[in-house]
Amino acid sequence: MIRVVLPFHLRNLARVDGEVELEIAGPVTIRAVIDVLEARYPVLRGTIRDHDTLKRRPFVRFFACKEDLSLEPPETPLPEEVVSGAEPFLIVGAMAGG
Amino acid sequence: MSKVRVLVGTKKGAFILTADGKRKDWKISGPHFAGWEIYHLKGSAADSNRIYASQTSGWFGQIIQRSDDGGKTWNTPGSSPDELKGPEGMPKGESNKFVYEGEVGTHLWYDGTPHPWEFKRIWHIEPSLTDPDTAYAGAEDAAIFKTTNGGKTWKELAGLRHAKSQLWQPGAGGMAVHTILLDPKNDKRIYVAISAGGCFRTDDGGKTWKPITRGLKSPYELPDPDAEVGHCVHRITLHPSKPDVLFMQKHWDVLRTDNAGDQWSDVSGNLPTDFGFPIDVHAHEPETIFVVPITSDSLHYPPEGKLRVYRSKTGGNEWEPLTKGLPQKDCYVNVLRDAMAVDLLDSCGIYFGTTGGQVYCSANGGNSWNPIVRDLPAVYSVEVQTLP
Repeated sequence: MIRVVLPFHLRNLARVDGEVELEIAGPVTIRAVIDVLEARYPVLRGTIRDHDTLKRRPFVRFFACKEDLSLEPPETPLPEEVVSGAEPFLIVGAMAGG
Repeated sequence: MSKVRVLVGTKKGAFILTADGKRKDWKISGPHFAGWEIYHLKGSAADSNRIYASQTSGWFGQIIQRSDDGGKTWNTPGSSPDELKGPEGMPKGESNKFVYEGEVGTHLWYDGTPHPWEFKRIWHIEPSLTDPDTAYAGAEDAAIFKTTNGGKTWKELAGLRHAKSQLWQPGAGGMAVHTILLDPKNDKRIYVAISAGGCFRTDDGGKTWKPITRGLKSPYELPDPDAEVGHCVHRITLHPSKPDVLFMQKHWDVLRTDNAGDQWSDVSGNLPTDFGFPIDVHAHEPETIFVVPITSDSLHYPPEGKLRVYRSKTGGNEWEPLTKGLPQKDCYVNVLRDAMAVDLLDSCGIYFGTTGGQVYCSANGGNSWNPIVRDLPAVYSVEVQTLP
């Protein structure tokens, strides 16, 4: 079970409280997590990455295990702690403004 | 007794203001979509319970919201369980997908170099006058999209970008289709205005478009003041009974046309300044128009710190200031282009919102004004529905 933490505005959009738990079949990568997340919550399509190019939106960041994975390739396997459910995968709205 | 429902888009959410026909006691609902920029909300003329909203964010992009119960509840179009399954058994979630048709092409960037089209947000949604499921959306970067399924999917009317769009150029606020006017007597005719592309008309339902800018002069904005495209048109409006007569608030100048845009003439007359953003027409008097003069393109606040709506009962040229109930000192707000509307009650109501978060109402055609609310986030748009 993969635990995903969404930012405040995307939780509201998806109408979820707290973490989202996802079952991932196959390798647990950044892309696989977002694929399953978007399949469960279609309203999130286009809010995290582009509909067609699947490129991450500039002000969205991916964190896990105290590491910034935003610039890693989408096929990057997520850490074992995320795969085991010990640690969440965080989707974060980047800091901007003052 | 009739009621009014005022739809207010702000920098931090949407608000719905309702009152009976007296328009004195108001009920405030909101913020809806709290924390998101709401560029525009508008109700369908064919079904007053159907309201479309453009919800947008620099972080998470564009969302389209739809209400089918007059703003009590909202959903992204196509998000009911039965609607989520596409042909492959996967959810669609495409109500926020705005894709330019064909080769994306370029427009002029601020420095005059070519720059590729990039979708940023929807500034304005204009529902069909007859079909609640049909609506048009004005986009930044400038383009017009259409839905015929209640907002589930959108398709660009790409002919607009064939109208010399390589010469369009963003202004300080971006480059967007911000005004869409549907001709109530000719369902094939649509007008759009673009900052800074100009004004355009289609007579075939959106397949082909032509610039309608003859008579516009922009000596301070364009190297050729009489250019066919590139003018910074801030807003256009029309009265349903005379759809060939349009009024325009340009960057500088207030203008009118009596032949559907084929020729424009300056009607700024005795305005203290002819810079401004909104312009609107009285619901029952096609030659009575309203503007809010703003000091200049460098000073986006009212002249002398006095918030004044100007009214012309002669279709322009002769203007009178309307000040009763509006702040006449120390007022330095702006009124954005989509932030003025009129209701259809016998005593026509005029509404406008400010960047300082006030929404004002005049229940007597502009003679006097009262604030409905004073402390909303910066107001982006105001629309009003007149309900039975």
